Amino acid sequence: MGKTLFDKVWDSHVVESIPNGPDILYIDKHLIHEVTSPQAFAELETRNIPLLRPEQILATADHNVPTVNQHLPIKDLLSRQQLQQLTENCKKHNITLYDLGHKYQGIVHVMAPELGVTQPGMTMVCGDSHTSTHGAFGTIAFGIGTSQVAQVFASQCLILNKPKSLRVNVNGKLAKGVTPKDVILYIISHLGTNSGTGYFCEYAGNVFREMSMEGRMTVCNMSIEMGARGGMIAPDETTFSYIKDREFAPKGEAFEKKIAYWKTLPSDADAVFDQEYHFNAEDIAPMITYGTNPGMGMKINGTVPLNKGESDKKALAYMGFEEGQSLIGQPINYVFIGSCTNSRIEDFRMAASYIKGKQKAPNVNALIVPGSQQVVKQIEQEGLREVFEMAGFEIRQPGCSACLAMNDDKIPSGEYCVSTSNRNFEGRQGQGSKTLLSSPLVAAAIAVEGKIIDITKFLN
Amino acid sequence: MEKFVKLTSTAVPLKVENVDTDQIIPARFLKVTNKIGFGENLFRDWRYNPNNEPVASFVLNDDTYSGQILVVGDNFGCGSSREHAAWALTDYGFKVVVSSYFADIFKGNALNNGLLPLQVSPEFLQKLFNAIDENPNTTFTVDLESQTISIDGSGQQSEFDIDPFKKVCMLNGYDDIDFLISKKDAIETFEKQRQTEINF
Repeated sequence: MGKTLFDKVWDSHVVESIPNGPDILYIDKHLIHEVTSPQAFAELETRNIPLLRPEQILATADHNVPTVNQHLPIKDLLSRQQLQQLTENCKKHNITLYDLGHKYQGIVHVMAPELGVTQPGMTMVCGDSHTSTHGAFGTIAFGIGTSQVAQVFASQCLILNKPKSLRVNVNGKLAKGVTPKDVILYIISHLGTNSGTGYFCEYAGNVFREMSMEGRMTVCNMSIEMGARGGMIAPDETTFSYIKDREFAPKGEAFEKKIAYWKTLPSDADAVFDQEYHFNAEDIAPMITYGTNPGMGMKINGTVPLNKGESDKKALAYMGFEEGQSLIGQPINYVFIGSCTNSRIEDFRMAASYIKGKQKAPNVNALIVPGSQQVVKQIEQEGLREVFEMAGFEIRQPGCSACLAMNDDKIPSGEYCVSTSNRNFEGRQGQGSKTLLSSPLVAAAIAVEGKIIDITKFLN
Repeated sequence: MEKFVKLTSTAVPLKVENVDTDQIIPARFLKVTNKIGFGENLFRDWRYNPNNEPVASFVLNDDTYSGQILVVGDNFGCGSSREHAAWALTDYGFKVVVSSYFADIFKGNALNNGLLPLQVSPEFLQKLFNAIDENPNTTFTVDLESQTISIDGSGQQSEFDIDPFKKVCMLNGYDDIDFLISKKDAIETFEKQRQTEINF
């Protein structure tokens, strides 16, 4: 029987299998940030355990950072202390840190791929569930808890049971206005938020093969929202040309050698998956969520499904929506385009292409938060800053921002926010805030109209 | 890590499905650099209104219910990987969380903190909810050695699965770090081999 992409990468990283137990899995790259690492450093220090491979760790400041005046001292005392702690820990243990002000600083899952750190066939972890993003490169990448951060610090390994394999196939032709975000929201709305629990998911089919790396990252990013620890897409020419010449990519002959290896990674034709799903691209439409988990999504011109369970009723009550209701015409006062799901250059190109020459609606606060300093640079080089500013959008500095509202970028209580992020949990964007997830294209159009619209009627 | 062998306690019922880690501990409380005191803000936005007054109807504010076992709806702990969720539950005083389904990362985090994520069938979960509804003073016994949970005095019992490796860790209070450090030689041998094989 053939091997899956996941099998090939996993098997080549098993240091040892514990008899009748889990595997000891070797981790190639460990990404860290300010929020989930301090207790891990403290744990090791208390127990007097050194870090085994600090050179394989890369740190950045993203979750907690302000998105204005990053050159000034941070006003919030706790945030400032947490970031200082990261700086001290990295200095003490010789870990590379892209701190505020560094030209490479950014959201960890935007920064690492754009620098060529993320490469096919690797194992990568980070104390953040959206580490699944890096699977877009054919990488085994997944989020871990702080105890596991400490384990990787100490041993560059984790003790894990090999997950089961799942493949989601999408074939056909996507309609105009249907973006990678719509594809993944559609998949999760059909499979539910726990369908992937215990699995690692591979996305296959021409829809993913034809996607850009940015699009693939958006898809893999949200694998965790259906419960899967990670998502993967087979590396191909799109992957190789994205990596080529990036800062930390292998160069010259070394790069050619790597490509030869990467080409051996895709799943064998006779590989068998524990679970498999098939979807038609033609059935997918621009999506929006109406509830308080990412599985509660629907076609933007559809109606809120008839729900039966108490939990669904609680979600609708929180959102202020009713079963059978259409959301078209619903006024929206906040729009957020950012987060590790949708803050790459392609996302802003998509938003700008709709916004160009238009104005945001007067009732809307429209926030653009680029994923990294590199993306900021691209936005400026491509003239997108002018497009957004002329339209009345506010462009901020890089960070996780209103996706999780740890900093000051919060949506006020009771307000609806159409957001390109990944989670519409109760209060996720601020206490009492109501999040509707969408693609950057839908978010841009709603910012212009000031209400939910049927985007399909606005694309000629 | 604290050992877990056996526990008899009353239980607190939270009949909500898909409880995500943002509800268990909202992100605004994650700015600290230690593991202390998260219990105060466990389920903060369900437990307190925006004026910081307790919400009387929320189960943690209801004197009827108490205990070291939390019984919750399906798919508990989905969302963010924040281990602060496990710290908040243990700091509050819970030692066991019972559900019909746990999200992967939460489950791992709980096990790494001596908090037992105990998965039962949806039917048995309903029996637990019913037993608490009928009498909130009902006690439940969780025995890790025999992998059973019982509704005391009713004769009703269910077995549960746990990874054999994590079971040994929980019973003895071991964590993974010590084990991994003991494997240092194997890890270094692996690194050398891997470098030659694919030129990493």
